[in-house]
Order: sequence, then structure tokens, then C-alpha cells
Amino acid sequence: MAVASTTDTPVSAATGPRRVPVGRLAVYAVVAIIGFCLAFAPFLFPDVRAQEVAARICVFIVLVASYDLLIGYTGIVSFAHTMFFGLGAYGTAIALKSMGPGFDAILLGGSAGVLAAFVLAVLIGLLSLRVKAIFFAMVTLAAASVMMVLASQLSDFTGGEDGMTYQVPRLFSPAFKLVEDADGKVARLFGVPLNGKIALYYAVFLSSFLLFAAMLRIVASPLGSVLMAIRENEMRAEAIGYRVVAYRTAIFCIAAVIAALAGVLRAVWLKYVGPDVVLSFAIMIDILLMVVIGGMGTIYGAVIGVVVMSLAQFYLKDLMEAGAEATAALPLIPHLLEPDRWLLWLGVLFILLVYFFPAGIAGTLMAKGGKKR
Amino acid sequence: MSAPSLRTENLTIRFGGHAAVNGVTAAFRPGELTVIVGPNGAGKTTWFNLVSGQLAPTEGRVFKGEVDITRLSPSARAKIGIGRAFQLTNLFPRLSVLENIRLAVQARHGAGPSLFRRVSAFRDIAREAEAHLDSARLSAAAHLPAAALPHGDQRKLEVALLIAMQPDIFMFDEPTAGMSADEAPVILDLIAGIKKDTSKTILLVEHKMDVVRALADRILVLHNGELVAEGDPSTVMAMPIVREIYLGVSDDGREAA
Repeated sequence: MAVASTTDTPVSAATGPRRVPVGRLAVYAVVAIIGFCLAFAPFLFPDVRAQEVAARICVFIVLVASYDLLIGYTGIVSFAHTMFFGLGAYGTAIALKSMGPGFDAILLGGSAGVLAAFVLAVLIGLLSLRVKAIFFAMVTLAAASVMMVLASQLSDFTGGEDGMTYQVPRLFSPAFKLVEDADGKVARLFGVPLNGKIALYYAVFLSSFLLFAAMLRIVASPLGSVLMAIRENEMRAEAIGYRVVAYRTAIFCIAAVIAALAGVLRAVWLKYVGPDVVLSFAIMIDILLMVVIGGMGTIYGAVIGVVVMSLAQFYLKDLMEAGAEATAALPLIPHLLEPDRWLLWLGVLFILLVYFFPAGIAGTLMAKGGKKR
Repeated sequence: MSAPSLRTENLTIRFGGHAAVNGVTAAFRPGELTVIVGPNGAGKTTWFNLVSGQLAPTEGRVFKGEVDITRLSPSARAKIGIGRAFQLTNLFPRLSVLENIRLAVQARHGAGPSLFRRVSAFRDIAREAEAHLDSARLSAAAHLPAAALPHGDQRKLEVALLIAMQPDIFMFDEPTAGMSADEAPVILDLIAGIKKDTSKTILLVEHKMDVVRALADRILVLHNGELVAEGDPSTVMAMPIVREIYLGVSDDGREAA
């Protein structure tokens, strides 16, 4: 943001063209590469597991970026983000289950989930954004807990702890032929069948892309500038004429709606919802870690944080297994690389990341380059 | 004489048993610069907080013109033209100097809620912010974070922020505190510039006697939360009670005199 320092370009800094910091360019480059990989993921990484990872990354970028609007841009600490994510997901799932697999069900159930998230956000916001940050965090924690209890107790609607599976529209099923060749079989592009799975991936990818672009616009807007002012100095923001409570409530609602939309995408992709995949505190902690690792208050940090975390979560075990096999002849090392110890190495990775990138990967890089150290 | 633009009526705030401001009734008129003096702990800043809305009074009321604003939030008071600069520098530390001022201009233009257009699309706001930056002689530091400025420049930015709000009522709380002798005149020039516009009401908390003499049309003296004297500068400064308070208690007054 405008914080980027230009200590090495005095006086002319006010009017002359500013030097583009190297670190910022590096972040843009990394994000562009990730964007490219996600845009062509079905062709670049055609195996089933990679598809799952790519789709999860798309949805989580939206979810984590929307959380960054709160914690990074405005300084609001909320633990209810998975609750909004879950509302979108469960709304869609319940409608698909009861109305059958159709776009009308996605539209109706998704809208209901998003609306519920919005109403709940307004209520929580108006009732408790006046109080101190720590109390607000507690209120969100309580609300999220209640929602988890409801999801597991109202098992007639939600499937309880087991969750529920359902069908999605035929367009999105692997058996659907998106493009047929002359023989009436599904056409292939670069060896990849153009079936419903591809259609579903691109629906998820494009929706995520649009939501992310909308958030980029929000943080560059006057509203975004007010959010940063509130984070920097709430009292002064109020004193120069901004109604801090109103702005906080507004961004809390916006973030809730975006999280719920991410939930809709997740539910359609997975064809399953359950507490573990859309509502649990484990996901809330993932979101927190992703936003911290990526860099709070940068938006682009969400992209980097999600990718680093997701790749570690999905592939660290494989990597360690390969490492253990390769070093089987050596003493001790294969034991350390035993795949069951992957959480240990994930922990080491976090500590290293936080040590070398105290403001998150994007946050630390963006601060560099313009500044001479 | 014109009608008061700002009035406090029996304004009182108690913290526990201690009345930090006690029954202060005072009126301020457009075109008039009132300096509020008093030893440390006299309640000057607390009284300011009651007028600009950071604190709610235990008793008494605040009026802007004929409107009772006692219950209004600080942002609502800012919108109707009460602007306040702070004694302890109170900026947006990690935002750029230009962004600090731009936020104040943006608030007045009411553009804050806009979320579909980019900040850069609001050219008139940016231009105005740059003009304010220029008159505070801070243009060279426009893109530095506010926290990176030297103390004197932070004070200038603090005042520039208030001027960018373009209020009817300007409240300065020791604007030159901690500034060197060669920096202070920039601030005093800015205040003198505001004073030329006779529709503006200026309230100034200040210790330095040379500043008081140069700018004051009227002086209020607060002591232990109470208004003990008011009047034109020469009369007030000659009052026995004022001499006693100043010579007996305050270090700042003596130093600066």
C-alpha cells in the first residue's frame, strides 16, 4: 500500500515517478505464476489428487483473502469465519439434497446460506463491534461454537457429524460430455477428457477469480483506505469524521458474504459437506495460519499463504516418503523422514517461515526493495 | 457581537470522586481566537475531549450554535464542523503522509463508503490533499510513512490534518509542543492564516507565553478543572490569581515566558 517507503528517493518523491520496489514485483510475479498454474491446472496437473488440491486452493484463496479484509486491513479478530463458510456450504448442500441436483437448488440454497451469513454478520457486528477487540473475538468464538453444535445436533437436516453427500447438476458430473468428438465420445485436449469435471473446475476457478478481483478492488477503494485508517488509529479515524462502528460492521458483513460464497463453491465441488470440511476449528486455524504465513493486510499474501500451506499439507508426506526411501541406507535420517512425522516437519516449516518472514511472505517481501537496509 | 458558535454549559466530568472538569460555562464566537491556559492537570485536554466528543460529560451540555451536540459521536461532530488536533501526536503511523491528509479530505467529501471505484479515481480529493500538504511544507515527505517523520514534521502533519478537515471550529491542543524554535513559526503561520477567515472559531491550548501574546484575542484560565478567569490577554495576565497559578505551579509557563 502507500506505506512503501521511498527513503532513497528524497524530495522528488512527491512528484517524480516512484521506483517500483523489487520485493513487490517478486510478489506480483509469484502470484501471476500461481494464477497461471491454477488457470491451466486440469491440463498441467491432470491427476485426480492434484485436481482436488487445485480446487481447494482456489476456494481457500477467496476464504483467506476475505479473512484478510478483517484481520489484516481492519484489525478485526474474528473466529467466526468458518461459520460463514459453513453457512454457504450447508445451505447449498441441503438444497441440493432436498430439491435434487439442479442449478435452481444451488441458486436457492446458496442464496439462503449467503443471506443467513449476512444477517448473522449484521447482528454480531452491530451488537459487539463497539466493544473491545478481545470481547469481539470471544463473541465470534461463541457464535461459531453454537453453529457447530447446531450442525451436529440437527442431523435430520445436516447429516450430523457424518455430514451428507448429494448429487450436483449433470453438467458438473464426470460422465457428462462437454465436447463430443465425431464418434460421440468425449473429446480430449492435450490428453485430458473435456468432461463435466473440467466444467466444474472452471466454474470454481472463475468464480474464485471474480471474487478475488472484487476484493482487490475493495482494498484499493476509498472504503479500503478507511479500513486501513481504522486499523492504524481508530480514535483518529473517528475524529476526522468516519463512523468506525459502521465501517467495521460493513466490512464484517462483506467478508461474511464472500466467505459464504466460497462455501457454496466448496459444497458444489466436493459433493459432500460435513463439520470436518467446512465448519471445524481446524479450518479456522488453517485460515489463520495461511493469512499469517502469506502476510496480513496484503491480499496477495492470501494467494501465497494458501498455496504454501496446501502444498505442505497435501504433499509433505509424499516428499518425506520419497526422502526416507532414498536415504534408507543411512542411519537416523530415514527415521526422521518417516512420513508419520510429517506434522513435526510442518511445524518446523512454520517456525522457519515466521522467523524469516516476520510480516508474512508477501508482507515481508513488499516491505523490501524500496527500502535500503 | 456575533452569536456564539460554540458553547459549553456547566460542563462537568468526574472520574470516581475527582472532578477533572467542573462546571465550565464558556462561549466562543466566530473570528475569535481563544487561548486556554492553566497548569498541568488543570483539565484543559479533558475539556477539549468533552467538546470534541472523545469523552461524555457527567453533567452539563455542549452546543454548536443553537444545536445541542452533547450526545453526538466524535465522527458526527467532525461532520458538522468541529475539528480537533491532538496534543500527543495522533496520526496513522504506517500510512504515508499524503494518505494521512487524503483520509481527512476524503472524510469531508463523504467518499469513504465508496467501494467500487479506486481511490485514484477521486482526483479532486487527491489534488486538495496535495495542496494541504504543500501549505504545511511537507510535500518532500509525501510518500514517507507518518511514523518516519521527525517530531516537528509530525506536529505539522497533525495540524495539516485538522486544516484538511476544514472545520468551522478549530481546536488545537499545544500544537507547538516539543518543537524547536525554528520549526514553531510554520505552525503559528498556519494558525494565523486560519484566523484571517473571520467565520472561523479557534480554540488553542498553549503554554508558551510568546505564542499566547502573538495570537490570543481572549484568554480562559482553567485551574483544578474550574474556569477561574477569562478576558482579554493583558487583563487576564495581570490578574493576581493567574500570576499565582503560573508562578507557583507551572514550569512550562516560566520556561517559555
